[in-house]
Amino acid sequence: MKLAATAGGGLLLGFNWTNSGAATASVVNNTALAAGTEFNSYLSIAADGIVTIFSPNPEVGQGIKTAFPMIVAEELDVDWTKVKTVQAPLDKNKFERQVTGGSGAIPHSWKRLRQAGATARQMLMEAAAKRLNVPAGELSTEKGMVIHKASNKKLSYGELAADAAKLTAPTDVKLKDIKDFKLIGTSVKNVENKNLFTGKPLFGIDFHREGMLYAMIQRPSAFGMKIKSADVTAAKAMPGIVDVVTFNNNVAVVGKSTWQVMKARKALKVEYEKEGDLESTSDHDRLFTELMNNGEATERRKDGDVEAAFKNAAKVIKSEYQCPFLPHSPLEPMNFFAHVRPDGVELVGPTQTPDLARNETAKLLGIDPEKVTVEMTRMGGGFGRRLKADFAIEAVEVSRLVKAPVKLIWTREDDMTGGSYRPAVRYRFEAALDAQGNMIGYKLRGVGINAGNSTREHNFPSGAVDNLLIDSVEHKSPITTGAWRAPITNFLAFAEQSFLDEVAITAGKDPVQFRLDLLDKAKKAPVGEIKYDIDRMKAVIQLAAEKSGWGKKKDVAQGFSVYFSHLSYVAQVGEVAMQNGKPVLKKIYAAADCGVVVNLSGARQQVIGGVVDGLGHAMYGNLTFKEGAPEQTNYNSYRLIRINEIPEVEVHFVDNGIDPTGLGEPALPPTGAAVANAIFKATNKRLKNQPFIEQDAFKGVS
Amino acid sequence: MAKYKLQINSKSYQADVEPDTPLLWVLRDHLGLVGTKYGCGIAQCGACTVHVNGEAVRSCVLPVSAVGTSKVTTIEGLSEKGDHPVQVAWDEVDVAQCGYCQAGQIMTAAALLKKKPKPSSEEIDAAMTGNICRCGTYHRIRQAVQVASTKTK
Ligand code: FES
Ligand code: FES
Repeated sequence: MKLAATAGGGLLLGFNWTNSGAATASVVNNTALAAGTEFNSYLSIAADGIVTIFSPNPEVGQGIKTAFPMIVAEELDVDWTKVKTVQAPLDKNKFERQVTGGSGAIPHSWKRLRQAGATARQMLMEAAAKRLNVPAGELSTEKGMVIHKASNKKLSYGELAADAAKLTAPTDVKLKDIKDFKLIGTSVKNVENKNLFTGKPLFGIDFHREGMLYAMIQRPSAFGMKIKSADVTAAKAMPGIVDVVTFNNNVAVVGKSTWQVMKARKALKVEYEKEGDLESTSDHDRLFTELMNNGEATERRKDGDVEAAFKNAAKVIKSEYQCPFLPHSPLEPMNFFAHVRPDGVELVGPTQTPDLARNETAKLLGIDPEKVTVEMTRMGGGFGRRLKADFAIEAVEVSRLVKAPVKLIWTREDDMTGGSYRPAVRYRFEAALDAQGNMIGYKLRGVGINAGNSTREHNFPSGAVDNLLIDSVEHKSPITTGAWRAPITNFLAFAEQSFLDEVAITAGKDPVQFRLDLLDKAKKAPVGEIKYDIDRMKAVIQLAAEKSGWGKKKDVAQGFSVYFSHLSYVAQVGEVAMQNGKPVLKKIYAAADCGVVVNLSGARQQVIGGVVDGLGHAMYGNLTFKEGAPEQTNYNSYRLIRINEIPEVEVHFVDNGIDPTGLGEPALPPTGAAVANAIFKATNKRLKNQPFIEQDAFKGVS
Repeated sequence: MAKYKLQINSKSYQADVEPDTPLLWVLRDHLGLVGTKYGCGIAQCGACTVHVNGEAVRSCVLPVSAVGTSKVTTIEGLSEKGDHPVQVAWDEVDVAQCGYCQAGQIMTAAALLKKKPKPSSEEIDAAMTGNICRCGTYHRIRQAVQVASTKTK
C-alpha cells in the first residue's frame, strides 16, 4: 500500500478493524511506519477533503466495499460523495480476519470501524479548536466541516487534515448514539456500479499479465478414480500449447489462450483406475437407510429422558427428509493467477481466504509465507466455494512446473464436477405428544455424507422440549464436500421447520402459535442450554405473521418458517395459490433481525437474494452420481432458478438497535419450509425431499 | 490460424486465431475486452451476451469465422460514457450483487428495449430468462428494465 501518497498535507490514520485487542487508531507517520505498527486498515483525509478508506476484506457480492466505508463515514460525519474506497492487498501479518464467509464481515468490524471514524473526527475537532482558539466542546461537525456555531465559523476537514496529523490520536472516543445515524440505515448504491456496468476488469478471471500462460486441468473422471496413464502427445502438438504437465492426480494443459487450451485438453488420452469406492446416488439412498437404523451415532445433545417420553406418549410422529449434493455454481468459475519466481510467489485472484492461499503455497513450496503476496480481486460469487484454496494451489503447482506466470481457469464443467459440494443428508425426526398435544419428546438423527456434524443441536426447538435427543451418523465418501452458503442449516432448517409444521398440525395447533408457545416455554422453563435469543426469535415470528396477515387470507394458502443462523433471525411466510389444479408460489414475506441495517439497499438484496437462492435450490438443485461421476455437468442438465420463476418477495427488518449480526446467509435457510408448508396447506401433499420439482406435489408442473 | 478483421464497438480490430475460436475468447484473450463474461460456454447462462448487428447473441458459441463484417457491440461499447439508459437504470436500481452476470443482463435488456421500447412484464421475463443470475438479483433486473424503458425515447 502506498502510504506516502497522503503524506503531503493530509491525515493518515491507521487502525485495526479485525483485532479487538490491538492498539486503537493512531496517526501513521514515518516513525510509526518504521516501527512497523500493525494496522490493517487506513483512513486518509487529503487536503482537498477527499476521504479514502482502505478496506482489506475481499468483495464477493455481500456489499462490504460499500458498507464498511459507510460505517466509518457515519462516525466521521463526512459527505458520502467525498468518500473513496480502495481494496487493500493481503498485507503480511496484518490481516487476522481477512475472510469472507460465515456472514461475519460486518459484525466483526462494526465497532472498530466506528471507532476509526470517531477518532478522526475528534482529531479534526481538536485541530479546529486550536486554530479557532475555542474550546472543542463548542464545536460540532457536519458533512465534512467542523462548525463553530457561536462565531458562525466553518473549517473543512481538508483544511484541518495537516494539523490533525500532528496530534496524538485519542484512545477513548465517544461513538454516536444510534438514533443520530444519518447515513447508516439508508440506501447507498454499490460503489462499484459504474465499473460493473461498463465492463471494467474487476474479477479474477479478467486479470491479465503480459506474457502469462493459460492453464486448464484434467482431473479424475469420477470420485474414487485416479490416473493410471496419460498420453499427452496429441495434446502437446496442438496449436498454441506450450506444455502439458502432470502433478498429483492432475494433467495440466498450458498454452497461449483459453480456447487453445480447452481444445487441447479434449485431445488428452488419460486412463483412470479405481482407488476408492465408486458411489452412485442409488448407493447413497441405500446407505442412508442402513445408517439411519444401524449406524454408529455420535450423541450431540441429550436432555431429560427421551425413552420414557416416547413410551408414555399419546401420539408419536415420525418423518424423514432428504437432500442431494449441490455444487456452488458461482457464475464466475474458479480461477487464479500464480507466478512462482525464484525469489517469491505472486498470487492474484478471487479468494475468500487469502491467508489460506498464502500459507498453503508456502507449505507446498517450502518457503516463508512472507515470500508470498496475495492480491484479491472482486469475486463473481462464492457461496462458500472460495473458502478453499485448492484452485490457487493448482495455479501455483502449474506455474512452478512450467516456470512462467500462469492463469488457471476452471470451465463450468470443471466447477460442477470438481467436488466440494454441499453434502447430501437425510434426517429422521420423531416427536412425542401428550394427550393435550404438547411436545414432550423430540428426537433428531442426521445421516450425512462427508457432512461432519449434520445437526445443529443447540438450535430451536432445543431448550423448549423436556426430553430431547439429537445425534448424527457420518458416512465417509470419496465425493468431496465443503461449506455451502449457510452450511448444514441450508437444508436442516427446511427439514426441521417442515417437521414442526407436521407436529403442529397433528397437535391441532396453529403453526405460528405452536412455535410461540414453545418459545414461551423455553423462556419460562428452559431445558438445558439455550443458545439463541428467545425474544429476538419471537419478534421476527410476530413481524412476519403481522406483515403477511397470517391466517387471515382466504385466497392463498400460507406456510410458516423461522430460523436462527449466523447470529441473525429470519422468519418467512410463503403464499401459494391453486391455478388449474396446480400449486403456484405467489409471494414470500421475510422478516429479518440482523441488528442494525447498515446499507438498506445491500441488505434488502441480501435477503431477497437469499430467498431466491433458497427457493431455487430447494426447487431444482440436484446433483446425482453414477459410479462416482456427477451426472450433471453444466446448466443444461443442472437447473438454476431463472427470472420467470421467482415469486414476489417482501422484506421487513426488525428495528432494535442491536449491533449488526450479519446477513449474507441467514435469509436462505427458512425459505424451503415456508414454501413447502404453504404447498402442504394448499395440496395436502408434504414435500420431504429436495429438489421439490421431482416430488409428487409437483409431478407434471413446470 | 487465420487473420480476422472485426468491427467491434465502431472500431476495427484484428485477431490471428483459429476459425473455430468463439468470439467470447477472442474478445477476452486477444482483444482485452473482458467485460463480456464466461459462465457456461454452451449458451445457457447469458453471461457472454453481445450484440451482433443489434441482436443479442451468445458469444461463447459464435465462432469468430462466422462474424464476418457484422457489427459487434460489447458492454464496453454500449455507450461512450456508460450512460446508456439501461446502464443508468441498472445504477439507479442498484441491481448488482456480485455483478458478474450483469454485463450480459444489460446487453440482453438493451437489445430487448431496442426492439420493444415498452415491454410488458411477461415480455421482460421472456427476454431475460436466458440470463442466469446466481446471486438472485432478478427482482431488480426486472425493475431496472422497466426503469430503462421510461428513459428510452
Ligand atoms: S457463457 Fe455463453 S451463455 Fe453462458
Ligand atoms: S449479480 Fe452475481 S451472478 Fe448476478
